[in-house]
Amino acid sequence: MTSPNITSPKPAAPAAKFASRFDRFQVVLLGLSALAVCFALIYGGYLLTVMQMAMIYAIFCVGLNFFMGYTGQASFGQNSFACIGGYGSAILCVQYGWEPALALIGAMVVAGFFALIIGYPTLRLRGHYLAMATFSLGLITYDISIQWTSVTQGYMGYAGIPSLGIGNWTVESERGKLVVLAVLLAFAFWLSLRMRDSRFGRGLRAISGSENGAAALGVRVPRFKLIAFVVAALYASAAGSLYAYTFNFISPEAFGPAMSILTFTMLFVGGVGTIVGPIIGAVVTSLLQEVVRGSGHYQDIAYAVGLLATLIYAPKGLSALGGLFRRKKEEA
Amino acid sequence: MAADTTNLLTVRDLAAHYGHIEALRPTSLNGGPGEFVTILGPNGAGKTTLLRAITRLIPSSGKVEFKGQDVTKFKTNELAGLGIIMVMEGRGLFSDMSVKENLQIGAYKLPGSQADKDRQLDKVFTLFPRLKERLTQTASSMSGGEQQMLAVGRALMADPKLLILDEPSLGLAPRVATEILSTLGSLNKEGLGILLVEQKAPLALKLAQRVYILSSGSVRAELPTHEIKSHHDLAKYYFA
Repeated sequence: MTSPNITSPKPAAPAAKFASRFDRFQVVLLGLSALAVCFALIYGGYLLTVMQMAMIYAIFCVGLNFFMGYTGQASFGQNSFACIGGYGSAILCVQYGWEPALALIGAMVVAGFFALIIGYPTLRLRGHYLAMATFSLGLITYDISIQWTSVTQGYMGYAGIPSLGIGNWTVESERGKLVVLAVLLAFAFWLSLRMRDSRFGRGLRAISGSENGAAALGVRVPRFKLIAFVVAALYASAAGSLYAYTFNFISPEAFGPAMSILTFTMLFVGGVGTIVGPIIGAVVTSLLQEVVRGSGHYQDIAYAVGLLATLIYAPKGLSALGGLFRRKKEEA
Repeated sequence: MAADTTNLLTVRDLAAHYGHIEALRPTSLNGGPGEFVTILGPNGAGKTTLLRAITRLIPSSGKVEFKGQDVTKFKTNELAGLGIIMVMEGRGLFSDMSVKENLQIGAYKLPGSQADKDRQLDKVFTLFPRLKERLTQTASSMSGGEQQMLAVGRALMADPKLLILDEPSLGLAPRVATEILSTLGSLNKEGLGILLVEQKAPLALKLAQRVYILSSGSVRAELPTHEIKSHHDLAKYYFA
C-alpha cells in the first residue's frame, strides 16, 4: 500500500500550492484589498494615508496572529514592541545616523530581546492573567514613552525621522511609500505562511488546540509559546519602525493602548487564526473608520455597530465567511 | 532502590493532589515489554489522575521508571521523545486542524527519514482505512468513532514503545468501541506495550493480560485477567 505522503507532500507548482491554501471567498477579499491599494495609488490624497496605515497595521496583525491566532494565547501588550521599533528606529537614525533599513533591523533585535526576557516569566501565566499582564506591559511602555522626555521627547513627539531607504535611495513620495509598504506586507505575509506550514507552525497550532495534547506528542509548549511571542514582537517592531519612516514623526499616542485595542479588533474582524484574516481585518477596519467618519457625531456609534454586526454575523471573521456559506449550503 | 530493568514501565509510590484533595494515594504498578495492562475502577477512583501523573501532566510525588531509566523529572514532551505516548480522555484532538495535519503532528518526535514516517503512516491507514478517506476533513467534523481512530492513529504516528490510553471507548457506540479496542489488541500482539484505563470492563479484560483495580485513589488489587471470572469478582474489589 502506498500512502499519500502526508509528511512531505510532493512539490506542487508554486502558484498552485499558494492558491490551494485559500478558498474563493478569501481570494476575492484579498483581491478587493489589492484593489483598494490600487485605487489609493490612482486617487491619491487622504486615501493614501489610510491605506499606508492599513498596510502597517496589517504587518503588525500578521505577527499578532502568530501569538493570538495560531498559538491561541492572549496579548494586549504588543504595542510595547511597536513602540520600541518606532522609537528605536527614530533614535538610531536621527541621533546616531544609522541607515533607516539598518535601524529597522537594529530595533527589531532590541524588541526581540525584550520580548524574550519579558516573555519568559510572563508566559507562565494563562488566559485572563496573561491578557492582564501583557496589557500592563503595554501601559508601562506607553507611560515610559511619555515620561522619559530626554529620550522620547514625551508628548512633543519625535520629528525629523527620515523616510525608508537604503543608501542614496529613499522613498519620499506618498505613493512610493504605499508601494513599499505593500511589498513589505507581501513579504511579511509570505514569511508567515512559510512558518505556519513548518514543523514549528504545526506545533504552535497544536498548542492552540490543546496544550496538554501537544505536549503529549512531544511539542515543547513553553518554548514554542515564547518563540511565537518573540515572532509577534519582531513583526510589531517592524510595523512601529515603518510607521516612523512613513509619517516621519512619532508620538506616544501612536503606540498607546488604543493601538492594542485597534489591532485586536482588526484581527477578530479579519479572522483570528486564519491565513488572510490579519490583512483583510486591517484593510476593512481602516476603511470602515473612514466610511463612518461622515456620520458626524454618530461616527463612534456607527463604527461600533459595524464591528458588532461583523462579529455577530461572521464570528470567525470575514475571511472565514466562505466556509460558513459553504457549510450552510451543505446543510440545506 | 535499584532501577528495574525488566519492566517497560515501573511506577513507585506515585501520589498526586488537587489542592488539598488527595486524588491519588501512593500507588505502584508496572508493565512488562509488550504487555497489555488495564486499569479499572469506578468513577472518581483516580484512574485519569494516575495516567496524568505518569505522563507528568500534573505534579506528583513518587518515582517513574521507563526501561529502567528514572524519568520522574522528565517533562511530558521529553517522555514523548522516549516513546511514551498518551491518548487523552476526550481525545485531545486539534479540532481546527485537518486529519492530515493531526497525523503530521503525531510524527512530530519521530526520528528517522521520510521513508520511516511514510511507513508509519501506511501502518495507520492499514489499521484505520477511514482516516485515509477523510484526510482533508477537519478533525471536528468527523464522527466520534472516527475522531477516536484519529486520536489513536495520531499516537501511533510517533511509533510509541508504550501507548497509554484514557477511556478510548468513552461516548462511542458499542460496535465502534469494540473495533477500536480490538485494534489495540492487534497492536499489542505485534509487541506494543499498552496501559489502558477503561470503564467498559468486559472489553478491557478480554484484551489485557493484567489488571489493576483502583478505588478511592489507591490500588485495591493486581490480578492476571484470567482470574476474574465474573462481574462479582470486580465488584468485590470496587466496593471493598
